[in-house]
Amino acid sequence: MSHESTYEPKSAAAKWWDQRLPVPRMMHDQFVDFPTPRNLNYLWTFGGILTFCLVAQIVTGIVLAMHYQPSAAEAFDSVDRIRRDVNYGWLIQAMHASGASMFFIAVYIHIFRGLYYGSYRAPREILWILGVFILLAMMATAFMGYALPWGQMSFWGVTVITNLFSSLDQVIPGLGTAIVQWLWGGYSVSGTTLNRFFSLHYLLPFVIFGLVILHIWALHVAGQNNPTGIEIKTKSDSVPMFPYAVMKDAFALFVFVILFAWFVLFMPDYLGHADNFNVADPLVTPPHIVPEWYFLPFYAILRAIPDKLGGVIAMFASIAILAFIPWLDRSPVRSTKYRPIYKWFFWLFLISCLALGYLGAKPAEGVYVFWARIFTAYYFAHFLIVMPIVGSMETPSKMPGSITDAVLGKKGAAKSDSGGGGVPAGATASPEDR
Amino acid sequence: MILKRAFAPIRASLAAVAVMGGLTGTALAAGGGEAHIHRHHWSFGGITGQFDRNQLRRGFQVYQEVCAACHGLERVRFRNLVEPGGPEFDEEAVKALAAEWPNQIADGPNDEGEMFERPAKLSDIIKGPYKNDKEARAAQGGALPPDLSLTTRARGVHTDAPWYQHIPMMARDIFTGYQEGGADYLYALLTGYAEKPEGFHLAEGMNYNKYFPGQQIAMAQPLDDEGSVEYQENAGAKMSLKQNAEDVTAFLAWAADPSLNARKQLGWSVMIYLLITTLLLYFAKKSIWRNVKH
Repeated sequence: MSHESTYEPKSAAAKWWDQRLPVPRMMHDQFVDFPTPRNLNYLWTFGGILTFCLVAQIVTGIVLAMHYQPSAAEAFDSVDRIRRDVNYGWLIQAMHASGASMFFIAVYIHIFRGLYYGSYRAPREILWILGVFILLAMMATAFMGYALPWGQMSFWGVTVITNLFSSLDQVIPGLGTAIVQWLWGGYSVSGTTLNRFFSLHYLLPFVIFGLVILHIWALHVAGQNNPTGIEIKTKSDSVPMFPYAVMKDAFALFVFVILFAWFVLFMPDYLGHADNFNVADPLVTPPHIVPEWYFLPFYAILRAIPDKLGGVIAMFASIAILAFIPWLDRSPVRSTKYRPIYKWFFWLFLISCLALGYLGAKPAEGVYVFWARIFTAYYFAHFLIVMPIVGSMETPSKMPGSITDAVLGKKGAAKSDSGGGGVPAGATASPEDR
Repeated sequence: MILKRAFAPIRASLAAVAVMGGLTGTALAAGGGEAHIHRHHWSFGGITGQFDRNQLRRGFQVYQEVCAACHGLERVRFRNLVEPGGPEFDEEAVKALAAEWPNQIADGPNDEGEMFERPAKLSDIIKGPYKNDKEARAAQGGALPPDLSLTTRARGVHTDAPWYQHIPMMARDIFTGYQEGGADYLYALLTGYAEKPEGFHLAEGMNYNKYFPGQQIAMAQPLDDEGSVEYQENAGAKMSLKQNAEDVTAFLAWAADPSLNARKQLGWSVMIYLLITTLLLYFAKKSIWRNVKH
């Protein structure tokens, strides 16, 4: 959100610097003085938490890469030696492995927050689509990272997922096979595959980093959405980012880190699969090949479709469709808070995602397939049918006139709508006026 | 040990919470038709658990006298047996143990260009009896005795609970820090040999075990019903099947996760630091926002 710069370089050096590369000015304007809606709830702290997760994964990952050997013969042993013989290797490895799960917990909460409060609506479409790309890059990174310990689940997970591309043979005979062999670097999953996955696993986090910078840039152009979905209109609607939002983010981050540390230090194996402590063996197929928990809903969608190619298309479509929702949602208001009918559908959608997660962990047979189909159908129907139809039919409930009105409990008061100077009475407690 | 005692009340209250939730004793089974595997009480279990040094020493004795006849422990090195958080044997004793270990270390080439075998040193792995998997299979009628270094982390118990129990069960497991499924399974397996039921078809050379997937296991019952390993007078326990099985399971849990003691000790320091800092941040946040309705 553009606002007048209040940065004043104090020293001569700061002035000199400000005329040449005004990075301190940018940081001051964007992360100190930036107007933040005063009514943000704790769901808005996950952006900062996710930044922490990305940095933590990169830092621990760089250290692990110093000790890791990306070859079929040595990968498993080198990870085991990291845990046993590298100083605090057990801690760093557990932080990286559990960190992936933490990253996904945070990103899913972040996404559902955006869905609930309509954070994808104009003028934040690009911001949202960048987020979809970040999610895709995260999934690719996590998938390739899970291959690196070269345990049984690593190997068979890679085998199952890369083999999905062979379904393209149904479109052009030979195309799928060619793509799969190109991905593998051979005629089966092997050390060559592992080596290139390692290379890409090291590359992609920096791609994510770049996307995150664009994501934050787009956020600072449009400004943050907030629980009312009403834009900042007057000065009393917002507080400066520092110290208000920063302090709140810091508190929320530490609560999140407690959960993170709990898994790392008390139950580092809980979020993984026991079978991945067995060395990859191309001759022994595990009884149940299951992806990591954060892929389970998509795995359920993949297996819900009776046709292999159809399943693959549905799985990729389930992510791609997110990029279109800024235009699928036809409601006149952003926030689900003021949408009495859509509210129910939102929770149904959340339940569908959780149910798909549960079903993804179950064998693809009998009643599990039946329910996976029902919830998959709703997953797509939610975006393609519910969003446009409910959005255009529903009458939103009465909304406050501004963020300040919402905070002060004034319903329907549209006084401050005149825009600009009219600070409503009672809002003088806002920090700018003190 | 001091740490363990200090947190005993916490553990008791956590257990009470679990009981109040009406969730304890929820049956767990390893896959298909296997018998239910019950959760065992382990000294190293949960968020406060630590290895019991005497138990690890007894467990090593069981490994040495029984398991080592077929299974290697090749990710563990003799020096690990001396290090803190493990059996903490005397260094000189382990040096002697390594030197006398029947399975020598392949080394070379020497100055004449020949490969040779030499006695193990502290820095060497605890070698199994076979040079490679092929030799092991040849000696064991086709079955491969797996290396035991990571066994307790490479096994687990699957739940058969209905869907609506999953979230409360997960919450309980996370809250109590339960990740001893591998140890529970191994203990069940070692004590799970029995006469095959009427009408059960057992393949030749196989043995009936209630907890092994498919109930047929190539490994013959390793520990006798009366126990197999007699401990020394001051070892703190008497020989029995359950005692031998529990001790060797604990030892293998240590072998798979030798940093457990250090990890959980650090865990509590980290938790206390985080809780205090979080509290301070909360009050700072509250104070900053005190005049801003939000």
